[in-house]
Amino acid sequence: MIEFRGVTKRFPDGTVAVDALDLVVDSGRITVFVGPSGCGKTTSLRMINRMIEPSSGSISVEGTDIMSRDAAELRRGIGYVIQQAGLFPHRTILDNVATVPLLLGWNKKQARERAAELMDTVGLAPEMAKRYPAQLSGGQQQRVGVARALAADPPVLLMDEPFSAVDPIVRETLQDELLRLQSELGKTIVFVTHDIDEAIKLGDKVAVFRTGGRLAQYDEPGVLLSRPADDFVDSFVGRDRGYRGLGFLSSAGLPIGDLPTVALGDRLPSEGWALVVDGEHRPLGWVDRGSGPVDEAALVPGGSLYDAGSGSLRAALDAALSSPAGRGVAVDGDGRVLGSIGADDVLRALADARSDENVA
Amino acid sequence: MNWVSQNLGFIAGLLSDHIVFSLVPVVIGLVLAIPLGWLANRAGVGRTVVVNLAGLLYTIPSLALFVFLPVVLGTGILDPVNVIVALTVYSLALLVRTVADALEAVPPVLVDAATAMGYAPVRRFLAVELPVSVPVILAGVRVAAVSSISLVTVGSVIGFGGLGQMFTDGFQRDITAEVVAGIVLVVALALVVDGLLLLVGRLLTPWDRAARATRQGATA
Ligand SMILES: Nc1ncnc2c1ncn2[C@@H]1O[C@H](COP(=O)(O)OP(=O)(O)OP(=O)(O)O)[C@@H](O)[C@H]1O
Ligand SMILES: [Mg+2]
Repeated sequence: MIEFRGVTKRFPDGTVAVDALDLVVDSGRITVFVGPSGCGKTTSLRMINRMIEPSSGSISVEGTDIMSRDAAELRRGIGYVIQQAGLFPHRTILDNVATVPLLLGWNKKQARERAAELMDTVGLAPEMAKRYPAQLSGGQQQRVGVARALAADPPVLLMDEPFSAVDPIVRETLQDELLRLQSELGKTIVFVTHDIDEAIKLGDKVAVFRTGGRLAQYDEPGVLLSRPADDFVDSFVGRDRGYRGLGFLSSAGLPIGDLPTVALGDRLPSEGWALVVDGEHRPLGWVDRGSGPVDEAALVPGGSLYDAGSGSLRAALDAALSSPAGRGVAVDGDGRVLGSIGADDVLRALADARSDENVA
Repeated sequence: MNWVSQNLGFIAGLLSDHIVFSLVPVVIGLVLAIPLGWLANRAGVGRTVVVNLAGLLYTIPSLALFVFLPVVLGTGILDPVNVIVALTVYSLALLVRTVADALEAVPPVLVDAATAMGYAPVRRFLAVELPVSVPVILAGVRVAAVSSISLVTVGSVIGFGGLGQMFTDGFQRDITAEVVAGIVLVVALALVVDGLLLLVGRLLTPWDRAARATRQGATA
């Protein structure tokens, strides 16, 4: 747990970067600081490892006031990843990753073994070990940055816009991998971004800052979307927030209706659309008319599928909207067809969720 | 060139004097310049003072320094210490600036990253800032070494040893071969030392070449 108590940072030139911040970062979760440029996200983050010292107020990590600890020692126990990766150009990838273990006094062999292990964890091929940072792509450098921050297995990880300098596709891969890593490692992560979509995707909790270093709202992402605290948060959260909010509601309660299915080579069972499935009952595409046996040429590509066990209402609605038949296909964890739902089912489930919330 | 083959021993002695007189100051200058450059780079005002002082030292004519130093140091007029001290002053003046500039050019994000990893300042300097500055510092050392080699010949005019003695001696006794051999040797020594330093630099900074190759590949 990281606790900010009345933390203010005023720079010598009078700029108040962070103003009376009270905030508790939960252990083992991802907490995202988000907000417009200059709102004090980086300053707040860097106060945690004493790269910047608060003007007033106090910060504690796992109950210990950070000011009571030696700064360098404190930092060795807190991983730090920044936008440009900040790798040491004169050290090989392996030695970059081994940095903190070596600082902690491990012997070289142990530190390098650990580094090789971490490279594997973050998905870097072993042949990269001997290269220098300049010989890696931006996305690869960012992975090295993450591996280096994790090398000494610190309980806390600070990440300052780590993925904002890479292209959108690489960014998405890195985000997914961070989530996968986190599900295995369970670190206390503070993640800074100015991208609200990234915040909502990654955060267990999201702190929205407004200019002047004030906390505007601190909530779970679903709550942020459904109940923004004020106009600032509302406009910051942005377009389509109603639709995006569906991403945080489970599709588990949706009534799954029947769906006519047919195998390739068979005749259509009834009038209208039918889903063509393979021998394992996995969807291949749709057909809607014709009297002869269904052949592959007549297949109309299907829309998105949603997993009835773990999917969100957003996935279910998208499945319904993107299906040529107007029915969203529900599948189980192995991709086998369970049945279908309509867009109106999703809206009804949403209304139910809302009224439950109001009762509670 | 008969003269040369008859005086090999004499020439070898001058050559080794020349090497000592010119390169020992560069080594001492570098050793002093690193902590001074570090200090200069840390404190804003200190930087201006150190860099300007160094610039000022560099403008003192070498001949004046050679003559003036014995008075200050209480050494004999022709004591080789005078040459060494004078050239150390020059090397230092040149290198302090180079080191300060090189350290200033280290990207702040690197220094930040190192601090955040848990490096205390001195260790960070030795492990990150200094190694990253090596290519720039080495370029400065090459300039300092070559100019030191040529400055030693000035000392020879007023009677210190070194290859410059072959110029004065050759002129006085009208031995053209001696003068020519002297010039050739000074130039050769400068080239060899410069080449060796370049080589040392390459060996010390394999990463720098890797970075260059990548940049060229990217622009090609
Ligand atoms: N060293 C400093 N001296 C003076 N003002 C500073 C300093 N560092 C930051 N600031 C100011 O403090 C405010 C907050 O800066 P901070 O870097 O925390 O913003 P941020 O939310 O991280 O912005 P961005 O999204 O652009 O990175 C800004 O107005 C900035 O100009
Ligand atoms: Mg920032």
